[in-house]
Formats: sequence, structure tokens, C-alpha cells
Amino acid sequence: MRDISMHVLDIAMNSIKANATVIKIMIIESDETIRLIIKDNGCGMDKETLNSVVDPFFTTRKTRNVGLGIPLLYQNVKRTSGKFNITSSLKLGTAIEAIFNRKHIDCIPLGDINETIISLILLEPLIDFIYTRKNSFKKYVLNTKKIKRVLNGVKINEKEVIDWLKADLLNFSMAF
Amino acid sequence: MKKSIADLMKIRDEALKNMQLRDQSESNCRVVVGMGTCGISAGARPVLRAIIDEINKRSLNNVQVVQTGCVGMCRFEPMFDVNINDEKVTYVNMTSEKARQVVVEHIVNKRVIRDYTIGKSENE
Ligand SMILES: Nc1ncnc2c1ncn2[C@@H]1O[C@H](COP(=O)(O)OP(=O)(O)OP(=O)(O)O)[C@@H](O)[C@H]1O
Ligand SMILES: [Mg+2]
Repeated sequence: MRDISMHVLDIAMNSIKANATVIKIMIIESDETIRLIIKDNGCGMDKETLNSVVDPFFTTRKTRNVGLGIPLLYQNVKRTSGKFNITSSLKLGTAIEAIFNRKHIDCIPLGDINETIISLILLEPLIDFIYTRKNSFKKYVLNTKKIKRVLNGVKINEKEVIDWLKADLLNFSMAF
Repeated sequence: MKKSIADLMKIRDEALKNMQLRDQSESNCRVVVGMGTCGISAGARPVLRAIIDEINKRSLNNVQVVQTGCVGMCRFEPMFDVNINDEKVTYVNMTSEKARQVVVEHIVNKRVIRDYTIGKSENE
């Protein structure tokens, strides 16, 4: 993966596959680190699955006998001497936390996180995404549940709404 | 986001108005984009955005875009299927530019771009 925003899309796809109805995505930046948290209320994993999930030769998929998503993220975090943590319980959901040391020479860039959020909303308009981005000065939250309430029946992936969301995200990222 | 709620309500009204003008017929075209790890790392995100952008630009309201995971053909990613009336064509090694061409040629003009399809790539 070229950047962190691609990992976010990929990890969120795991949550979608796990039938999550709410996916929380947090990006917390400091001078030293980029901290990423992705939390879902999907089907979760049993102990055995959870223990083997960072192992690239493990997957529950059937089309290929290796799972790549989580091992690739793990690898990119570890290359910056960062921290990686995953917790999960069956029927309750899964949380993944990755802390990148951004000053490390091997740290991949954040990338276009707005594109990832928009892509997720376009693909899964029925899932609720709660996206938070913050640094020591600013905090931005996009909660699609609240937006849908205002939209009152108009779909969140209608062109006009997506354009508005894009502008809102962009408007805020300029402050970062 | 707080101050823009009023804006959002305006946007909703605008969308409602435009929706009434749009063709509301049942969708008969389905685009299925590979969004597994292999797809995403090969560049599925810009391909997806290009497809949707082209669809919106041309107001193709009866086209549906959905995602699928890895289908076991990772070396052909980014790839997507175009399904029109139960006929499926698989496009492989896509770029945003090629994806836009597929929307115009295949979905609008109903001409399959053979050079970009999986059959073509497998024979090479
Ligand atoms: N959020 C989640 N909820 C439930 N199970 C999960 C979640 N994330 C991962 N898993 C389980 O862990 C396995 C490995 O995930 P990983 O992303 O590494 O590979 P994959 O999704 O199987 O394949 P790939 O990501 O290469 O397309 C998944 O097959 C799934 O069983
Ligand atoms: Mg995965």
C-alpha cells in the first residue's frame, strides 16, 4: 500500500465484509505520530482467528489462501517502529489501532484520506461512518448518521450530497 | 460541520428537485468493482471514482456501482465487471482513463472495448 489512506479503505472493507452497520475511523496526528483507529460493530473474530490474523499465511477467504490486508498494515507500522493492536470479540466487533512514527524514514504518507472517506460512503451508503480527524489544535467529525437525519430520505450518495461532503472535508483539511 | 447544516438542507432540497427531473427507471446496468486488498493496492480507488464521476457527469441514472472483494485474479487488478441485462463483461488492468472510456463506449454506446477485457488479456 502506497499510503495510510489506502490502508484505511482496505481495513474498512474488512469491516464491511463483517457486516458492520457502524464503522468509526479516527486519525489523530501529532508532530511525532499518526494514530489510526478503525472500529466496527461487525461479526468479530474468535480467539483463534484473532491470534493468527497478523500472520500473512492466514485468511478465511476462499479465493486465495493468504490474507494480505492486516499483515501489510502491520508491516508498514512496524517498519516505523510503531505500535499495532487489534482487539475483537464475536458478535460485538473489532478494533484496530495503528500508530506510525511519522519521523521515521520508512513512514508512508497519510495520502488522500478524504478520497477514502468519500469512496466508502459512495460504496456503502447504508453503513454509518463516523470519521474523526484531529491534531492538537483542531478536531473534525463527519457523522453520516447525523447527515442522513438532515437529508431526511434523500440518499447520501446522491451527486449533490457527495459534492457537499467533498467540499466540507476539503474545507477542513486545509486547516491541517 | 456545525455551521454547514443549513447548507446541507439547501443541498437536500436541490437534490430533491434534480431527482424529480431524473430518469427514475429501474437500473439495468451494474458495475462491480474489485475492492479487495489486491484491488485497492493496484489502484481501485481512483478507478472507482472515475467510473462514478463519468456516470454522474453524463447523468446515467440507471447505473449501479457496487464493490466486491478479491476474486482470485489479483494480477488483473484493478478490474471491474459491467453487467447489462444479465450479460457480463470483465475489464482488467484498469486505469481511471480506461475506466472513463469503458463508461462512454460500453455503457453509453453499447460497444464492448475488447482490448481491455479479460479474454484479451488471457490470450496474450
Ligand atoms: N473487522 C473484521 N471483522 C471480522 N473479521 C475480520 C475483520 N478484519 C479481518 N477479519 C478476519 O481476518 C481475516 C484476515 O484479514 P485480512 O484483511 O488480513 O485478509 P482478507 O481480508 O482475508 O484478504 P485481503 O485483505 O488480502 O483481501 C479475514 O479473512 C477475516 O476473517
Ligand atoms: Mg482484508
